[in-house]
Amino acid sequence: MQIYLDHAATTPMLPVAIDAWQLAAAEIGNAAALHAAGRNVRRIVEESREQIAAAVGAHPAEVVFTSGATEADNLAVLGIARARRAADPRANRVLLSAVEHPAVHAAAWQLAAEKFEIVEIPVGRDGGLQLAALQAEMAANPVQVALLSCVWVNNEIGVIEPIPAVCDMAATAGIPVHSDAVQALGVLPVSFNAVAAELSAISISAHKVGGPVGVGALLVRRTTPIVPISYGGGQERQLRSGTLAAPLVASFAAALDEVVRERTARVAALYKLRNKLTQGLIALGAEIIGGVSEMELPPGETSDASAIGLATPVELCRPTQAPHICYALFPGHRAETLLMLLDDAGVAASAGTACSAGVVRPSETLLALGYPTRAALSGVRFSLGWTTTQDDIATLQAVLPTVLARSKAAI
Amino acid sequence: MARLIAALSGGVDSAVAAARMVDAGHDVTAVHLALTRNPALHRSGSRGCCSLEDAHDAKRIADALGIAFYIWDISEQFHSEVVDNFVAEYAAGRTPNPCLRCNERIKFAAMLQRALALGYDGLVTGHYATVQRDATGGVTLHRSRDIAKDQSYVLGVMNSLQLQHSYFPLGDSLKSEVRAEAAQRGLLVADKPDSYDICFIADGDTGGWLANFLGSRPGIITDETGETLGTHDGIYRFTIGQRKGLALSRPAANAQPRYVLGIDAASNRVTVGAKERLAVTVLQCSAPIFCGSNPPTVWEGSVQVRAHAPEVAATIITTDDTERVLVQLHSPIIGVAPGQTAVCYDGSRVVGSAMITATS
Repeated sequence: MQIYLDHAATTPMLPVAIDAWQLAAAEIGNAAALHAAGRNVRRIVEESREQIAAAVGAHPAEVVFTSGATEADNLAVLGIARARRAADPRANRVLLSAVEHPAVHAAAWQLAAEKFEIVEIPVGRDGGLQLAALQAEMAANPVQVALLSCVWVNNEIGVIEPIPAVCDMAATAGIPVHSDAVQALGVLPVSFNAVAAELSAISISAHKVGGPVGVGALLVRRTTPIVPISYGGGQERQLRSGTLAAPLVASFAAALDEVVRERTARVAALYKLRNKLTQGLIALGAEIIGGVSEMELPPGETSDASAIGLATPVELCRPTQAPHICYALFPGHRAETLLMLLDDAGVAASAGTACSAGVVRPSETLLALGYPTRAALSGVRFSLGWTTTQDDIATLQAVLPTVLARSKAAI
Repeated sequence: MARLIAALSGGVDSAVAAARMVDAGHDVTAVHLALTRNPALHRSGSRGCCSLEDAHDAKRIADALGIAFYIWDISEQFHSEVVDNFVAEYAAGRTPNPCLRCNERIKFAAMLQRALALGYDGLVTGHYATVQRDATGGVTLHRSRDIAKDQSYVLGVMNSLQLQHSYFPLGDSLKSEVRAEAAQRGLLVADKPDSYDICFIADGDTGGWLANFLGSRPGIITDETGETLGTHDGIYRFTIGQRKGLALSRPAANAQPRYVLGIDAASNRVTVGAKERLAVTVLQCSAPIFCGSNPPTVWEGSVQVRAHAPEVAATIITTDDTERVLVQLHSPIIGVAPGQTAVCYDGSRVVGSAMITATS
């Protein structure tokens, strides 16, 4: 029996997304072509763009399709920073949180080779961005800051960063903000235009919301200075080139539409599942990041616990914890061994970070939170999604004691 | 049926070894060892098993066999047990064999122990050697059928317990048969070159690699009378029997080539002399490991001092405390360096091994 608890890596495609993909895949034509077939495919693309824009509170012209969130992150970080400095040579600094996805982190450090100064804003022990530190960096000399990039929900531990507060600070200083919103989409009420005018760009990905792998988008305002990072036909607003993949964007739109419409009920179910999982893991000696405190819902959610189906008002996570990610530290264990034993027991989980050779690395996020290397090698990320059931959690809890006993012996 | 871990290097031998155990009905899980935290991207020639390409090849072999595949990061232990030891031995003027050390401390120790702790019954590797199991559960290690590929030498550090849990399915095969079988099975690594060099020295330049750790340690090169003939940049750049790279200021009186006869770490001095002065007939060895029951105190067998070196008949004497071994060779051999391992054979059977500490 397969228990899939790696939805933050990729979540199974929703049936509506598979249907939409199949329908669009049967169509002929390049969306850029002028003939009837081309127009027909173009219509699929533009309807999908409008559907996605509506789902995330953006204007269709603000949706730039990419191959995924990694490309969107690169386009935002490289494209905005370069455009800003071209307009004003003083804009030479890029600020980012210390818990960025590698797609943002590596893109930012690529800018270091272009003589940009990269500043990582520290996070607290809970993973939350230290706003005072951010304020100090921005206030010192705001014209020097080309871009601030802060992840909305961290992909490893699921901490929700205070994006509205970050945008407020940036607004005062006139600094554009980019956020990787991949793990927030479908979980939080992500609305591009509702957050703040200073939220200049966000990256989203289809396959984390039940759409296909291979498509994502950068939502970017029409007024945001940005230059392309790759060149060709300029199909997407002269910012991104390449033939538009109609089946992928149609499938993305179908998935996102369903996920956003059903978000409140899904989030309530995910919190319940996470709480059950968290209780079981704590009983087995795990330390849960984003762990134990009285629950409040993320900004914009209804705060009545019973309304979203929670049994008691006291729940097991911080207000800044996303419901679909549960990062557990198992002191004295190695994630590499735990993942192998879990896989053997039919449970798919992950350690958040693996190098290209497949070696489990100390979690960069945990290191940024101030945990020592050994602890950062002992963490397992269980991530939940639309197929997760109470039985899945129960099965995991049934196999874990044996897994932990064997893992302990293998140290 | 046993639950086995197959160590997949990404090469042809371990691939066929794993395939045979799958065919035999065993429950096999593949593991590739990550021995360095900073692997090279691609394979270069015959230096193998530490690149991302090798890890990828190993994964594809597991896919082809339909078995689960994992990477075990054993780089910390590999570094402390094998790499650090390698550097320290050269710094002490000895010539270590890191493959033996890896088998003793990593593959058939750390890796095997982890496999057993995780509930597996043993380890499968692609070594060319044979384990014979008798009715009482006793195990003995033997040379492989393919004498040219025989790897029993580098396994001479295994004790009975390690042998009991080890499976070498290629022991009765020729390398050519293994390659043919890999091709017939459709494994993409069927034509991959064999690995010969030290896996963690990417460009094969051992001296240059050691220099990164040990730096420049200039000293002198003398003849046997103590007369200075030249200088060197570090004793770790030399091994007993070496002829090339001495850069001596003047030729020998008889114009014959000179060879490294001795390396003295205490005085940081390298001694050179004529080839015939390299011949030794006595090996003093320490810390023996017996691959099975202990041999008699004095016995007649044969000894091999390097992988693929010829076997030489010898009288082998173990001290009463089994701490030391004295090997009296029946015919002289040349180019034996302290730090090398003497592996003792009784016919095809590997009796044990010990590190050479001195020769005469």
